[in-house]
Amino acid sequence: MSIETETTHVPAPALKAEVKQLDFYYGDFHALKKVEMPVYERCITSLIGPSGCGKSTLLRCFNRMHDLYPGNRYAGGGIILHPDNTNLLSPDVDPIEVRMRLSMVFQKPNPFPKSIFENVAYSLRVRGMKNKTELEDRVQQALKSAALWNEVGSRLNELGANLSGGQQQRLCIARALASDPELILFDEPTSALDPIATASIEELLMELKDQVTILIVTHNMQQAARISDYTAYMYLGEMVEFGESEQLFIKPKVKATEDYITGRFG
Amino acid sequence: MSSLDSAAITTHVSQRLSKKASRNIKERVIEFIMLSAAAFSVFITVAIVYILVKESWIFFQTVPLTDFLFDTQWTPLFDDAHYGITVLLSGTITSSVVALLIAIPLGTIIAIYLSEFAPFSVREIAKPLLELLGGVPTIVYGYFALVVLTPILQWFWPDLPGFSLLSAGLVMGVMIIPYVSSLSGDAMRAVPMALREGSYAMGATRLQTALKVVVPAATSGIASAYILGISRAVGETMILAVAAGMQPNLTFNPTEPGATITSYIVQVALGDLPHGSIGYQTIFVAGLSLMLITLTFNLLGYWLRKKYREVY
Ligand SMILES: Nc1ncnc2c1ncn2[C@@H]1O[C@H](COP(=O)(O)OP(=O)(O)OP(=O)(O)O)[C@@H](O)[C@H]1O
Ligand SMILES: [Mg+2]
Repeated sequence: MSIETETTHVPAPALKAEVKQLDFYYGDFHALKKVEMPVYERCITSLIGPSGCGKSTLLRCFNRMHDLYPGNRYAGGGIILHPDNTNLLSPDVDPIEVRMRLSMVFQKPNPFPKSIFENVAYSLRVRGMKNKTELEDRVQQALKSAALWNEVGSRLNELGANLSGGQQQRLCIARALASDPELILFDEPTSALDPIATASIEELLMELKDQVTILIVTHNMQQAARISDYTAYMYLGEMVEFGESEQLFIKPKVKATEDYITGRFG
Repeated sequence: MSSLDSAAITTHVSQRLSKKASRNIKERVIEFIMLSAAAFSVFITVAIVYILVKESWIFFQTVPLTDFLFDTQWTPLFDDAHYGITVLLSGTITSSVVALLIAIPLGTIIAIYLSEFAPFSVREIAKPLLELLGGVPTIVYGYFALVVLTPILQWFWPDLPGFSLLSAGLVMGVMIIPYVSSLSGDAMRAVPMALREGSYAMGATRLQTALKVVVPAATSGIASAYILGISRAVGETMILAVAAGMQPNLTFNPTEPGATITSYIVQVALGDLPHGSIGYQTIFVAGLSLMLITLTFNLLGYWLRKKYREVY
């Protein structure tokens, strides 16, 4: 399948990552087929497509989440992380090294059974940071970036699980931010939240893109249109179309994309 | 047309009603059976407590409670009778501590390994093997302690007596490992994958994920496993009766022989003490003390479970 990439007069931002001819298998099931996609630095890129098309599968290739389960196989191609041109999927690359550089926020908030402070400090502690004041600084900074400091700054010792759903998700975002990742992967981060919490997370994502590159899976096209600079439409494990969100949602180049975004698609 | 319809409806309804009625009777019978089973077990428990308390009450008519708690000798069958429960309690505590020093660390490590590290095939083999370890009759463990472990220990430690709380406790620890490991392993496996993924996604290793996320998330289950282990150790009888020597001995030194509350009870229960004698009643006070100890730990376990209830 050909990949349509929009060329505009505005120069594209620097590349943060490139998915190249990526094939992925769950056992015998061919879940990603020759996927190609750029991820631009300090931009929000959305992955959309019908349920089961492989959005999460692609996202989870980036931080090698698939390595946790037997039977999963990266079968060709790769994901190049810039500026150092590391192929994240290369067998020589330690998945833990990859996860040290990329962070992830999940669909359902999954705070650890620890205090708010320890939740955010987790990624720093696993990197061996012990200095108390440094930890405190970084935790505070992350909570501020995640727009949660005002609500929880005075009760950092309470359990993370005691927060509301939206707060828990922002706690998970703070946790993902604390280690200063280069790229954060979001897998439908608002699908378990109410509209108000969703709006606050969307606002937060748009603020965060000044400091970090964001790749987000969403099944909500309005959300993709609202927040993302680039959007990729996937179908049955293939990348159908990639483009600037404005272009893709207003005048898609591929008929299948148009059918999907106009709702003509089942 | 409409009358036919309504006739059809009536028969249909009456059929449904009669079916419902029969179902009702069936359900009531089943309900009654279940209620009786529950009531029966409650009745038995109450009866046991009643007998223990009643006989102990008679015992305390003769022996003051202060003597029972603070006397440092336990010689109920001698002419110069003393009834200091601390003597038996010291044996129970010492052997239990030895056992738990083995069972808790090893049981926990095994649980972590099997739940977080072992490949599927290893887990499938190890689990039934461990359960087998828990299924060995305790009398076998007792003789193992007496005829195998004690001689080995004496090799390194010639002063060790033939009967000791140490060797009984060590073997008891091995017996308790499967209880600790299987219950805490279940608790760890119940921790949702989403939490582990969250940890891995932050760059954590397997060990970090196991120790910093999975174990804390499974705290209440692990605590229950430990409490069960403690109850098993405190209540264990045969291993101690066979390998620890049954001599009442106020000591916290595991290299000495000693009697525990349980081993005293078998010893006396197997003897031919006349009903109603004070010696006979010591069985019931000892039983009551044992029950109070186990009850305390069960309540503690209940409280821990409530306090650290898993909130995923
Ligand atoms: N662990 C797995 N083993 C086998 N097949 C899987 C596994 N996970 C996903 N799949 C299959 O891979 C395909 C892509 O799944 P994926 O989870 O990436 O979809 P998705 O686009 O994220 O869908 P959704 O919007 O429902 O989250 C689906 O057909 C799914 O059934
Ligand atoms: Mg998905």
